[in-house]
Amino acid sequence: MAYFEGENMTGGYGNGPDIINSCSVKVERGEIVSILGPNGAGKSTAMKAMLGLLNLKSGSIKIDGKDITKLSPQDRVKEGISFVPQTKNVFAGMTVEENLEMGAFLVLDDYRSIIDEIYSLFPILREKRNQLVGELSGGQRQQVALGRALMIRPSVLMLDEPTAGVSPIVMDELFDHIVKVKRTNVAILMVEQNAKQALNISDRGYVLVTGENRYSGTGQELLNNPEVRKSFLGG
Amino acid sequence: MDFLNAIILLLNYIFIPALTYGSQLALGAIFVTLIYGILRFANFATGDMMSFGTMIAILFTWYFQSLGISLGVLPTALLAIPFAVICMILYMLVIDKFVFKYYRFNKSPPVMLAMVSIGVMFVTQAVVRIIIGPDDRRFFDGERFLIKAGEFKEMTGLNEGLALKSTQVMTIFITVVLVSILFWFLNKTKTGKSMKAYSDNEDLALLSGIDPKRIVMITWIIAGILATIGGVLYGLDKSFKPFTYFNNMLPIFAAAIVGGIGNPFGAFLGGYVIAFSEIFLTYAYKKFFMYVLPASMEPESLVQLLSTDYKFAVSFSILVLVLLYRPSGIFKGKVL
Repeated sequence: MAYFEGENMTGGYGNGPDIINSCSVKVERGEIVSILGPNGAGKSTAMKAMLGLLNLKSGSIKIDGKDITKLSPQDRVKEGISFVPQTKNVFAGMTVEENLEMGAFLVLDDYRSIIDEIYSLFPILREKRNQLVGELSGGQRQQVALGRALMIRPSVLMLDEPTAGVSPIVMDELFDHIVKVKRTNVAILMVEQNAKQALNISDRGYVLVTGENRYSGTGQELLNNPEVRKSFLGG
Repeated sequence: MDFLNAIILLLNYIFIPALTYGSQLALGAIFVTLIYGILRFANFATGDMMSFGTMIAILFTWYFQSLGISLGVLPTALLAIPFAVICMILYMLVIDKFVFKYYRFNKSPPVMLAMVSIGVMFVTQAVVRIIIGPDDRRFFDGERFLIKAGEFKEMTGLNEGLALKSTQVMTIFITVVLVSILFWFLNKTKTGKSMKAYSDNEDLALLSGIDPKRIVMITWIIAGILATIGGVLYGLDKSFKPFTYFNNMLPIFAAAIVGGIGNPFGAFLGGYVIAFSEIFLTYAYKKFFMYVLPASMEPESLVQLLSTDYKFAVSFSILVLVLLYRPSGIFKGKVL
């Protein structure tokens, strides 16, 4: 049994049609797992289901063997699951340091040491600590977003398209940071459009098509699978 | 000597009254801006909530007076403020629970909430008129003046007197203290920062574990304090008339928008911008020019740019100009 797993998840938004159909995603601590697939395949939806943002019709979500299917997103945060949304993932009108403090809202004891850890993980943030996040570059904002999510010392980190809209150089840098986070024994689950680069740093990957698992395997296996290459990686 | 007289004249008729009026507007404007920033709607019931709070303070004042309790030189109303604040907060929380909560829960668009607040405005207005009536009421007691114009003239030997009302000093002092505490709370405490975060990005605030119910409650508590104190200070300085409070909503909204809506510090300064503009443009400068110009150039007319009846036109014009040329306000707020 994996550390964090969603099993046979079926559901959609509100009373709408099912977007994911008996979709299963598993991730271990210290592992990066990517969810890939064409537009509208339900990648983000699968992730949001694991975060509790939609009601499942069937299936279950477990962390460390504990069933959390019925918990609200806020209660899942308390279980150590952190989420970085694709857009609006920072408090743009607040400083870098305030963003980190807000990330630690649920941490009751002294969080100074966690902030220092984040600063050593992302040195640029220490430099910009008193600057408004709205004034930072795209790549720096994403680092703030990651940093905020790491403030609760999560065991699971979920990233929704962390590299959307950043330049290729910044993208490489961000992937480096994600690998660094993984080394701190965090289970990382991410949805990515840049499939090739994502698979390069992923331990495993899932390819979803119309809300169902189509292919799964290690990053290398998927990269080498001719059908996956043809459909999603551009030959 | 004439020059000194001119300065005293301006101090007496423009500077001190504008500073007082500005402080009263500032408290209302911060109230508007907080509700807009955190609950995300323009609260049209602002003016009437302030009159409701003031009404309760007046009722408590009368009660204390009937018991023979007074604060000596200070108005009894100051003693009534804490009780009025508590009642006001309860009233706001009840309205929130039975009216606003439903729309917030259904994620209604802000304009719908604004319409709902107009309903709350009518109801509150009616309640105030049923309880205390529409008349003009003065509830000030204690020492009216710190310095009387006549005494000042005697003291300095100048032609112009400087009158300093105790309500003016009280208004400015209480506003400065209250606003300092509020800004300290918003910028330095964890709860205050979480309110800012919630206003900045609601979804991310929820993902960070910030409890929206608590934020909403604290917002109404602060709003209740600001509305009551702002209303009572205005009523002490001038008089309490429900219709005037309703009218004051225009300069209050103008102040909040000039300062950048959603930005409390902007709203604070916006209050003074509006107050000074209103008074600068409606003051008759004849006497001032008589002092500073040689006798041959003495003006014939009153040298008044606008009649005081048009003072609301001033705030309205500022409002329109700001919305046209700088919709985010002087200090960056949200774009309307």
